Amino acid sequence: MSKRSGQKRRQLRFEIFRFNPEDPESTPHIQCYRLDETPYLSLYLALNQIREQQDASLQFDFCCRSAICGSCAMMVNGRPLLACRTLTKDLPERIQLHPLPAFALIGDLSVDTGSWFSAMNQRVAAWIHEQHPFDPDAPEEPMNDDLAQAIYEGDRCIECGCCVAGCGIANVKPEFYGAAGLNRIARFMIDPRDRRETCDWFEVVSSEEGVFGCVGLMACQDICPRNLPLLEVHAYLRRRMLAGRRC
Amino acid sequence: MEHVETTDVLVIGGGLAGERCAMEAASAGQDVVILSIVPPRRSHSCAAQGGMQAALGNCLMARGDSPDIHYLDTVRGSDWGVDQEVARIFAEEAPVAVRELAHFGVPWTRLRPGKNTSFIQGRRVELDEPQSKAGLIMQRDFGGTAKWRACYAAAGTGHAVLYAMDSQVIRLGINVRDRMEAVSLIHEGGRCWGAVARCLRTGRHRAFFARATVIATGGYGRIYGQYTTNATINEGTGAAVALDTGIVPLGNMEAIQFHPTGLVPSGILVTEACRGDGGYLLDRKLQRFMVAAEPEKQELASRDVVSRHMMQCMKDGRGVETPFGRHLWLDLRHLGERHLDSKLREVRDICRDFAGLDPAKDLIPVRPTQHYSMGGVRVDKDGQAYGMAGLFAVGEAACWDMHGFNRLGGNSLAETIVAGRIVGRSVSGFAAGSSLSVDTELALGCVRDAEERSRSWLARTGTGPCVYEIRDAIAETMVNKVGIFREGKELQLAVAELWKHLARIDQAVLRSKAPGMNPELSFALRIKGMARLALVTAMGALARTESRGAHFRVDYPLRDDASWLKRTLVRWHRDAAGPEFSYEPVGMIDVPPGERGYGSAARIEMTVPVAEYNSRVAAEQQLQGRHGTSEPTGSRMKWGAATGNKPPHDTVGGMDE
Ligand SMILES: Cc1cc2nc3c(=O)[nH]c(=O)nc-3n(C[C@H](O)[C@H](O)[C@H](O)COP(=O)(O)OP(=O)(O)OC[C@H]3O[C@@H](n4cnc5c(N)ncnc54)[C@H](O)[C@@H]3O)c2cc1C
Ligand code: SF4
Ligand code: SF4
Ligand code: FES
Repeated sequence: MSKRSGQKRRQLRFEIFRFNPEDPESTPHIQCYRLDETPYLSLYLALNQIREQQDASLQFDFCCRSAICGSCAMMVNGRPLLACRTLTKDLPERIQLHPLPAFALIGDLSVDTGSWFSAMNQRVAAWIHEQHPFDPDAPEEPMNDDLAQAIYEGDRCIECGCCVAGCGIANVKPEFYGAAGLNRIARFMIDPRDRRETCDWFEVVSSEEGVFGCVGLMACQDICPRNLPLLEVHAYLRRRMLAGRRC
Repeated sequence: MEHVETTDVLVIGGGLAGERCAMEAASAGQDVVILSIVPPRRSHSCAAQGGMQAALGNCLMARGDSPDIHYLDTVRGSDWGVDQEVARIFAEEAPVAVRELAHFGVPWTRLRPGKNTSFIQGRRVELDEPQSKAGLIMQRDFGGTAKWRACYAAAGTGHAVLYAMDSQVIRLGINVRDRMEAVSLIHEGGRCWGAVARCLRTGRHRAFFARATVIATGGYGRIYGQYTTNATINEGTGAAVALDTGIVPLGNMEAIQFHPTGLVPSGILVTEACRGDGGYLLDRKLQRFMVAAEPEKQELASRDVVSRHMMQCMKDGRGVETPFGRHLWLDLRHLGERHLDSKLREVRDICRDFAGLDPAKDLIPVRPTQHYSMGGVRVDKDGQAYGMAGLFAVGEAACWDMHGFNRLGGNSLAETIVAGRIVGRSVSGFAAGSSLSVDTELALGCVRDAEERSRSWLARTGTGPCVYEIRDAIAETMVNKVGIFREGKELQLAVAELWKHLARIDQAVLRSKAPGMNPELSFALRIKGMARLALVTAMGALARTESRGAHFRVDYPLRDDASWLKRTLVRWHRDAAGPEFSYEPVGMIDVPPGERGYGSAARIEMTVPVAEYNSRVAAEQQLQGRHGTSEPTGSRMKWGAATGNKPPHDTVGGMDE
């Protein structure tokens, strides 16, 4: 901010991918909009201003506008980012916006990450496979806080899809679980409340859809807006799988 | 039939309350469909940060806690506006709800034995937690509570809980339909048969026919525009479709919570856990003004009280002036990096991303911001909506009424799960005992009506106002005239303005006629509902000539238990020009109205004896449309258990049904 203060306000040029599949007249194209930059301008505010003042048909998704719900990921100058927490001051004057690749397009910048993630969660059975039924009268089972923190670390994924969009494999292989899917698997693997053993996971994890489909270039780790330690997660899964199907 | 789907139970809303309720019904063998505007995991429940209240009493500062104390805190917090029986049911079941979530996989922060550093009333303290409690679920301090009671997963509690809950929904194979927005209820002769929904991918409508329907659509903070901590989708569509029936009343719509610490200028929440963990509020001169204002609770008085002190402090010229308006400071620097990185890491992220600052080194600019809707679809203790059979409501969308005029921090997450369990049971009981005995023509008619509404918006031409401009006008009125300090003349002006905004909607014209979901049309279809919610909120506030909890009237500064120990109900009859207000007793009284222990102690005392008040509750509530419940009114109360008072003799056991 300080560097630019005193200077003239920038005029931003947005180049936005447009396509409305519900409109037979619509074809994929890029549309340009201009907007005067204001202090603290985020892509959330900017896109709403464009929609409310220039083009009411523009589709995009925001919900929490606080980088916690995972709704608003899009390609910003070629990089998958959460739009709500991206400030224009950190971008050049020319801002190109595209929908995330690897997900079904709903319209313009809006993609169907929800269906992708719920299908993935179904495929890896991403729920606690409990050891015993819940007893409402019993106190909770103790858990070491370090372990609880480690599980929470994995739980922090907000299913934004950035890692999937940025992954060369996930873009060409729709069955690949992606970094988010692998992270989800590891989260349940380390949870002692889940009764699945290494051998139960083997089919899921050691396949080409799983950890051995990944080429380990770690684009995902650089991209993840939650800074999840995806590198460690992949290494952990490989170790567990290479140690064999013990059961 | 292409436009009609049939199910046993239809749950509108995939947040915590809707999902927990759906889970209960599905586990009981009911076919369940969940509708949601966003994929369930993106519901606003995911944004809850600080914690979930339940009297587990594990850590030292929670020792001796019990549902009795939780219940008392809740009643006091509500400024005696709650239904005390519901608060009792809630406090008793909250510990089970938290433990059940542990079973579903929530990584609750656990108790670390040995020395734990904390800040209590501005002092650094070492608490030596015993080995015997190691690994049990930990508690932290929140406002308005006698004990540390908020269970938490760092500062991402809502996220962790919602993901665990949704994993159960996936496990059960519940039919979840995201980007499906309910736009009207299908009903006939006081019986609800599901809802019509509009697909937010294609713009097409379809009917969901159901034996039982649940509204779990969350709060309506967006009637305050951008001046809210709420998500962009919290537009009150659930309450609005209920109001549209003309039969179902909304309760206590004037009871709006302002959270003390919304980040400036974005309005994003900074959790109460910051103050619970020892954070300070500072004025322009970096003085802790809350110490003098509330010597006992200091920064941890209830939210209504802290927000008022903050507003007063800024009015007195002690705020920081900026181009984005006045604000005060939240100071977390003394808590240290380690604490911020473990227990408040989401706060650190938000401050970095949205204000470009680091709470380990910098002060955080904050001001009170709209946060929570205590009011909503009025339901009884089983979750049944007044006036309409087969309709239920749960969570923030409902006025079950365990919050009265001020919700305690952490009580809402707990409500979603506790009420989800209870209402889920009553919904499945209801659905199991009834059959779908109505013509699909009714549903198709409702679909045609909904399609007609879209068509007529698209058909309008001319130079009328734009819907977003009307939205902003409504928000300005609400923020400036129906905010924290309210006053008769201002409220009258607000009501007049809101009537004008409402009338202008009929002249509004869309800028885009794009086929498909059309984001502008999607919003236009909600704006009338939002305007009506804003109007009934302002009218309710004007009518209530007292101050209670978050509803503060400068011209009537006292709580008035003689005239206003009652709940506002509002209906908007079909074809009526305006809403109709009525009132009912808050519920049976076990804890007689008294001092809260913070805020002002002055009040106008009740004039009728408690026993007499209680004797009228059941009959007067029935008159307002309350159905027969599974158990009589007052039957779940533990009379006198929390106060040590003798039970009011003639009220034990209840008398209706
Ligand atoms: C920033 C923030 C922090 C908070 N922190 C805490 C905390 O620490 N502790 C605490 O106890 N409480 C907290 N709260 C309050 C608490 O999070 C909410 O009250 C609670 O999560 C609401 O849950 P819900 O299930 O009722 O609604 P929501 O989670 O809001 O879910 C509503 C659901 O309804 C759907 N929906 C809405 N309208 C329609 C429609 N017309 N058709 C179909 N679907 C619809 C939405 O898609 C969504 O799935 C916080 C609130 C906010 C805003
Ligand atoms: S390491 Fe590369 S291939 Fe593997 S998940 Fe990450 S981005 Fe994809
Ligand atoms: S792992 Fe990170 S990038 Fe991938 S979906 Fe989760 S939060 Fe987004
Ligand atoms: S809008 Fe929720 S993450 Fe951006």
